[in-house]
Amino acid sequence: MQWDIVIGLEIHVQLATRTKIFSGSSTAYGAEPNTQANAVDLAMPGTLPVPNENAFRYAVMFGLATNAEIGRRSMFERKNYFYPDLPKGYQTTQLAQPIVGPGHMDIDLPSGDTKRVRIHHAHLEEDAGKSLHEDFHGMSGIDLNRAGTPLIEVVTEPDMNSAEEAVAFAKKLHSLVTSLGICDGDMSQGSMRFDVNISLKPKGSDELGTRTETKNLNSFRFMEQAIHHEVERQLDILEDGGRIVQETRLYNGDRDESRSMRTKEEANDYRYFPCPDLLPVEIDDSFIEEARNSLPELPDERKARLMEEYDLNSADASTISSDSNMANFFEEASRRCGEPKLVANWLNGEIASRMNQENIRNIALAFIGPDVIASLITRIKDSTISSAGAKKVFDALWTGENDSVDAIIEDKGLKQVSDTGALETMVDEVLASMPEQVEQYQNEDNPKKRKKMLGGFMGPLMKASKGQGNPKLFNEILVRKLGE
Amino acid sequence: MSISREDIEKVAVLARIKVDDEQVSALEKDLGNILDLVDQLGAADTDSVAPMAHPLDAVQRLRADEVTETDQRAGFQAIAPATEKGLYLVPKVIE
Repeated sequence: MQWDIVIGLEIHVQLATRTKIFSGSSTAYGAEPNTQANAVDLAMPGTLPVPNENAFRYAVMFGLATNAEIGRRSMFERKNYFYPDLPKGYQTTQLAQPIVGPGHMDIDLPSGDTKRVRIHHAHLEEDAGKSLHEDFHGMSGIDLNRAGTPLIEVVTEPDMNSAEEAVAFAKKLHSLVTSLGICDGDMSQGSMRFDVNISLKPKGSDELGTRTETKNLNSFRFMEQAIHHEVERQLDILEDGGRIVQETRLYNGDRDESRSMRTKEEANDYRYFPCPDLLPVEIDDSFIEEARNSLPELPDERKARLMEEYDLNSADASTISSDSNMANFFEEASRRCGEPKLVANWLNGEIASRMNQENIRNIALAFIGPDVIASLITRIKDSTISSAGAKKVFDALWTGENDSVDAIIEDKGLKQVSDTGALETMVDEVLASMPEQVEQYQNEDNPKKRKKMLGGFMGPLMKASKGQGNPKLFNEILVRKLGE
Repeated sequence: MSISREDIEKVAVLARIKVDDEQVSALEKDLGNILDLVDQLGAADTDSVAPMAHPLDAVQRLRADEVTETDQRAGFQAIAPATEKGLYLVPKVIE
């Protein structure tokens, strides 16, 4: 039997406010345990929450950027459950009237098509603290610094049909919230966390199957693996004639296995009710307009502009515009060297792979700046260095060994020899030492094979020129001399 | 309207309140009376009344995003039953 995969996402996005959603405690990451957990965060008797204006501003910016309705009057509810990292015994969240109503976001598919994913709503809520289960004499340690950190939970409709689409949505959302500056996007610090709802249904059927929820995935890779894993698990059950139990599952990325988390149905009874400590929040037109005016150029708009202004193809423009630091770097370097296509190639090639290898998330933190990559490209264009030489220069720039392109070219002797006389002499010598190959070449009629055979001479020529001969000129001279 | 023993036992579990059989019987009666009263309210015609989010006719004041709290961990941890390395210690919880 053929099956359709149906995926909906719930994504927790930590907002980059300075303080917590209901108190003036700092949200800075990495502080000593519990030094940023104060009376309100600890739910001390007699304390009252006062909401953070910026949390609302950021949520409204998110709403505007996803073409959503803004909840002009929103409310908070209490979601009740017991866990030691939740001091109040309830999470203050929004249920009936969230700050952001229905909206949507378009994702690019590998096929080149775009797909619209509907967003059901996004609501404001507070994060919980952290439980550490290491060795505390059989006890758990609780750090409440994170308790009260503002989150928006973005809830999509079940509009995705593969792991690839779900990951594309997650990456697009990451790109959007970091471009908006409302989230720092640092996944290793839990700034974005994903819950994935998955169900299968017979191909083409209108009726949705029973879904499971896999909770708390904190990287794109784990999310993708968890979806594949859960789809396989459900397929096995359904193909054997079994049925799926609606449940919450936990995925262990290191072992690629999952287990049921909440089996007791009553554990999910949160007994929501309106929070009596908080009045309804009203957002007026001027607040919304102010938020609208503070919106930066969004990734989709920037992509369109990069394609238009710099003549980039859709794939290059997509990758570059998805990261605002990368896009700034691109524009600056392109303005300086006038070669946007080459800048894009370096960014998406060598630079992206080095950032990946070294786990550098922000190009602004790399040694290499846009002015430097522009000078490197200028030296390639004016034939001062070959592409092989450029790689060596890049290595020295990347490691911070030196930040002057010309000085590196000088120090490492990478300057290309473009003196035709000298190059011709080298070609003559190499050809004289390889009479058999010369004869083979001259007896070959197939131009493709001839072209390939030229490569056989390039090695010795580059060796003879200590790697400094201009390969383009070598090629021209070779073709001419061999044709004589 | 009445409430069943099972309902009471379930709510007690959710609220982490221990109730014995005798108390359940008493609660069955008390909570049943409260729910009957709520039922009476339900008889009123509210079609033209907007749901009320809060008894005060006011809207929430928001706070500027500025750090106003300082580290008072020592004070809070002095009244905690157990702490170590700055953490609050609780009976082991692993789901």
